[in-house]
Amino acid sequence: MLNRKTSPPVDTKTGNKRQILWKDLKRDKLLYLLLILPITVYVLFYYKPMFGLQIAFKNYNVFQGISESPWVGFEHFKTFFHSPFFGRTLKNTLMLSLYNMLFAFPAPIILALMFNEVQKIKFKKFVQTCTYIPHFISVVIVASLVTSFLSPSSGVINTIISAFGGEKVYFLTKPEYFRTIYTVMGIWQGTGFNSIVYLSVITAIDTSLYEAAMIDGANKWKQITNVTIPSILPTIVMMFIMRLGNILNVGYESIILLYQPATYETADTIGTYIYRVGLENSQYSLATAVGLVNGIVGLLLVILSNTISKRVTEYGLW
Amino acid sequence: MRQTKGEKIFYAINNVLLMIISIISLYPLLYVLSASLSDPEIVAMGKVWLLPKGFSIKNYIEVLNYDGIWTAYGNTIIYAVFGTAFSLLTTICLAYPLSKKRLRGQAFFTFFAAFTMWFSAGMIPTFLNMQSLNLLDSRIGLIIGFSLNSFYMFIMRNYFASSIPDSLEESAKIDGANDLYVLIRIYLPLALPCLATLALYYMVDRWNGYLWASIIFKTESKLPLQVLIKKLILDSTWAASMDGVDTSANFNLETLTYATIVVSVIPMLAVYPWLQKYFVKGLTVGAVKG
Repeated sequence: MLNRKTSPPVDTKTGNKRQILWKDLKRDKLLYLLLILPITVYVLFYYKPMFGLQIAFKNYNVFQGISESPWVGFEHFKTFFHSPFFGRTLKNTLMLSLYNMLFAFPAPIILALMFNEVQKIKFKKFVQTCTYIPHFISVVIVASLVTSFLSPSSGVINTIISAFGGEKVYFLTKPEYFRTIYTVMGIWQGTGFNSIVYLSVITAIDTSLYEAAMIDGANKWKQITNVTIPSILPTIVMMFIMRLGNILNVGYESIILLYQPATYETADTIGTYIYRVGLENSQYSLATAVGLVNGIVGLLLVILSNTISKRVTEYGLW
Repeated sequence: MRQTKGEKIFYAINNVLLMIISIISLYPLLYVLSASLSDPEIVAMGKVWLLPKGFSIKNYIEVLNYDGIWTAYGNTIIYAVFGTAFSLLTTICLAYPLSKKRLRGQAFFTFFAAFTMWFSAGMIPTFLNMQSLNLLDSRIGLIIGFSLNSFYMFIMRNYFASSIPDSLEESAKIDGANDLYVLIRIYLPLALPCLATLALYYMVDRWNGYLWASIIFKTESKLPLQVLIKKLILDSTWAASMDGVDTSANFNLETLTYATIVVSVIPMLAVYPWLQKYFVKGLTVGAVKG
């Protein structure tokens, strides 16, 4: 996607380089003018905060500000690595990612395969429309749907359980259910929309492949396993590798809305820990240190996964 | 071509499964709609599961009489409209120059934009930055501080570069047009499907955005709908489920919040069918290798 290179005009006469550069800059002056607004936004809101990362190595206090606060070296990193939160948040982050890769990752692939086998176009449109809708519902509303569906007094799930003579369960206060709840929520919300990418690859498959398979006597199932799946395999591999690169990025926004002290044991991730320590307890330096570790490891993972992806599928992000 | 018996069974099972998946996708929303149109006490007893019971629009009357909702609704519309407009403006201003290979420094600016997708300063430095710019509790801060999405920008850049022929620019240039004219009169009209898709993406993100709005705003009158809904629903139902008993005030609160959810989701679902064809296109355009 980002692998374009500029090819500056070949310059044979030495000494003319500067003139040519000047000419190019002048020619494209309006393009540079356009760049001023977005670059300002990037600098002010994306790059300037990076200077604030220095407070990870300082004892930040409000009165002295970012640059005047005293340096403390790696103290905050040590505090985090030696605290019980390090193991717990890392484990929970990885477990939620693992659940996601095991259950939420294959779901859109299967759904796309199913969409592709629908004969009536109207029905196909209808089921696509229905399954895409959850993607457009906000995290706040999804979290509140989960909360009310699992409510012990009036929630649908508990009503069903008690109708079958079971005990009502306070799901959201039980750590053992959190990962399942979170994963199911993600599947409900994302499966339909994420299937679009796979479906677009499937619809681009050459139909003569299917005709050839039918002449060879392949039934529907054989056509799917021998034509469709091999055709989308590169996309699947690429998406999977990219998912691996994002293993530390768990959608903490919805966790913040759903977890509570009783479920921290399984629900507290690196992202939620940063939020709690930083914004709720105002321990800015510690939270920044944890965020920095997370950011750097995340960056390395993305680079690594991109390199692997390029080797395996010849498709990379840059 | 005639279908074999095996194929018929295959298609039938597939259709039934898809029907079930569709129902699962829609059920939570249907439930909320029904519950919001039911008698609060019947809902609190857990007796509503599909259709409204004890039909009443009392909840809606109460919601619409609550001033806080109107303020929050107005705020959300402001953030969605101005936020989307500003985001699109900056995205165009960046995507167009980056789509030109001839531009000196194109590789540098591309990296400059792409890097923000892989590494960010994180929550606290971003928060402190907003503070130092005096943009905490500021509407402008929310609108311009979280406006650029590099991923969307690259979708647009790829569209400019691959879906619009260079010859159009060249012939306009021969006629004496400058870059700004080429962008506004030639590229933007041709990129309308892409602009519509990205406008939709930005709009949805703005309409649904919660976390940063909840972090930066202190003043009640600036809160968008999502933050208000969070306050209404999650805080109250938790309190109820922790005690294990719902107080009578909470009966009402539950159905009231359902009505609020319906009111907040309606604009999204109303525009959705018209925009559906665009966002599918947009996603596939983004998949084109640049």
